[in-house]
Amino acid sequence: MNAPVREISYSQAIQEAMAIAMEADERVILMGEDIGVYGGAFQVTGDLVDRFGSDRVMDTPISELGGAGVAVGAAVTGLRPIFEFQFSDFAALAMEQIVNQAAKMRYMLGGAVSVPLVMRFPAGSGTGAAAQHSQSLEAWLGHVPGLKVIQPATPHDVKGMLLAAVADPDPVMIFEHKLLYKMKGPVPEGHYTVPLDKAEVRREGRDVSIVATSIMVHKALEAAEVLAGEGISAEVIDLRSIRPLDRETVIASVMKTSRLICVYEGVKTLGVGAEISAMIAESEAFDYLDAPILRLGGSETPIPYNPELEKAAVPQVPDIIDAARGLARGVR
Amino acid sequence: MSGRAQAMQVEGETSNLPFIYRQYEREQLLDALRKMHLIRRFEEGAEECYMRGLIHGTMHLSIGQEASAMGICMPLVNEDQITSTHRGHGHCIAKGAEVKRMFAEFFGKTTGYCAGRGGSMHIADVSTGNLGANGIVGGGLPIAVGAALTAKRLRTGKVVVCFFGDGANNEGAFHEALNMAAIWKLPVIFVCENNGYGMSTSTARSTAVANVADRAAAYSMPGVIVDGNVLSEVAEASHEAVERARRGDGPTLIECKTYRYRGHSKSDRNRYRTKDEIDDWMTNRDPIRRYEAQLIEFGIATSDELEAIRGSVQQEIDAGIEFAKTSPMPSIDGLADNVYTLEA
Repeated sequence: MNAPVREISYSQAIQEAMAIAMEADERVILMGEDIGVYGGAFQVTGDLVDRFGSDRVMDTPISELGGAGVAVGAAVTGLRPIFEFQFSDFAALAMEQIVNQAAKMRYMLGGAVSVPLVMRFPAGSGTGAAAQHSQSLEAWLGHVPGLKVIQPATPHDVKGMLLAAVADPDPVMIFEHKLLYKMKGPVPEGHYTVPLDKAEVRREGRDVSIVATSIMVHKALEAAEVLAGEGISAEVIDLRSIRPLDRETVIASVMKTSRLICVYEGVKTLGVGAEISAMIAESEAFDYLDAPILRLGGSETPIPYNPELEKAAVPQVPDIIDAARGLARGVR
Repeated sequence: MSGRAQAMQVEGETSNLPFIYRQYEREQLLDALRKMHLIRRFEEGAEECYMRGLIHGTMHLSIGQEASAMGICMPLVNEDQITSTHRGHGHCIAKGAEVKRMFAEFFGKTTGYCAGRGGSMHIADVSTGNLGANGIVGGGLPIAVGAALTAKRLRTGKVVVCFFGDGANNEGAFHEALNMAAIWKLPVIFVCENNGYGMSTSTARSTAVANVADRAAAYSMPGVIVDGNVLSEVAEASHEAVERARRGDGPTLIECKTYRYRGHSKSDRNRYRTKDEIDDWMTNRDPIRRYEAQLIEFGIATSDELEAIRGSVQQEIDAGIEFAKTSPMPSIDGLADNVYTLEA
């Protein structure tokens, strides 16, 4: 029996997932700055404090390091905290607890404990909030064994992946692009999960594979539509998770299309695209390549304030179209 | 016969005796001494093994600080939890860990508490409530607050003790953790083992207040200073803090003034303190010798009995090292075990 499906926004989908998790398990608590009566900086927690009370929807002081550490300690000892950073940039204040503690505790202790912790990071540019409130830092955390790092791109996925994350015994970091919060999409009612380790082919194609993360999935789909009109058939893969990486899906796609473009908002150098490119270069797909791999990533700058500069700092639809045209020259 | 009863024969009056002699039975008092010896001999044994190349890496010895670890743990029950520090062997033993599995960990063996993945700096024994030593100064402070949050939310009745050194009191994590513990009235006890030096930098040079406990006022909690080398003083402060935490009245900050005889780690050349200073602490303020003198003075044990305790400790140490030596090494195939709970 399939649950009824409605159109709701990405942020509503997150809120619904958190409510379902809290309803089902007394140990699930929410922690973060201004997530109670204020409803969260992006109104993601909304009115949950009215339903579950301030003991379970806990406003923390502005103490990212300490707050993250409290969440780690709570997770190790029996709670299942969902910790919201107000902006993903503030993870810089809490890296000690995320990287040195949460990620390593199970390993350091020889398996004696698990850290069932979920952290949510509102990320990305496009809001005019400039350099300290607009970054895409997922690659930082993707570099750390012990963490799982996901970037759901649709309301459907963010609900299902958040519910999978709450059920997961290990720390799961969820990067949520702020421009996705208002995006609507079909979301089933009730409980369901989406795997934390599987990419999704969003559009099938023959000529070029576009592997994208988060909001770039939507830009890639837009680009693919335009490219189709020009006779270029683009396959769009929503990576969904950067740790672990779904190698099989990406490799299979590149073996089919023989061309690869990686599109991500994080700074291009040493980012997700570098990892995908290297992974393909090391794989059996390498021999299938008919063109160099291209990366479209964020510019080598902080995110600027001016809206035109801000747009120029991250890949846009025309950039993806141009890149695909260049690669596919001679295909048709 | 209980310590209390014996002491009465000597003093004719118990109320003037230090706290532990009024509070604990003879058996518990002697067990505390045994564990203090165990801590010291464990660390001396580990140091010997290190010198002989049997243990690699580094280690941070707490020799001289045994009364602090033991006194704090005396009022705790097995279910209570602790977070510990890089200088954490004493906490681990005082909370109830077995030295043989600690030695095995130092030797990197599968039988070690962390299956050879943690070593000295991450020694833990979750079964006795030790959530782990920590290689990051101040790293355990927020984690302890989180454990206390669990205790309060799930009404487990547990209290959490957070050990840290004087060095950690200048980390942001210290201030954030104390503040949160206070606003949420959590059952956690912050124990600063102030041995006078954060690595080479003295507290006088690093810390703007005279006592770490003075900082408790900023977080509306009691700040208690004790002679960390007097077991009874430490245990009494801990007892009061534990009762307060169990009542739901919130956290306490205890500062144990103590001293480490050895250097910060194995690379220390001791250029920041004088030999006279070290000798003075070792000669005049040794926590084990002071406790033994009291046990004899109050008629709780004879010197022969104390000698027997030392002998049994030495046997346990020797057996522990032998256990570690003969335990199996981890297989290289297991390198990636326990990075995640559910293996891919």
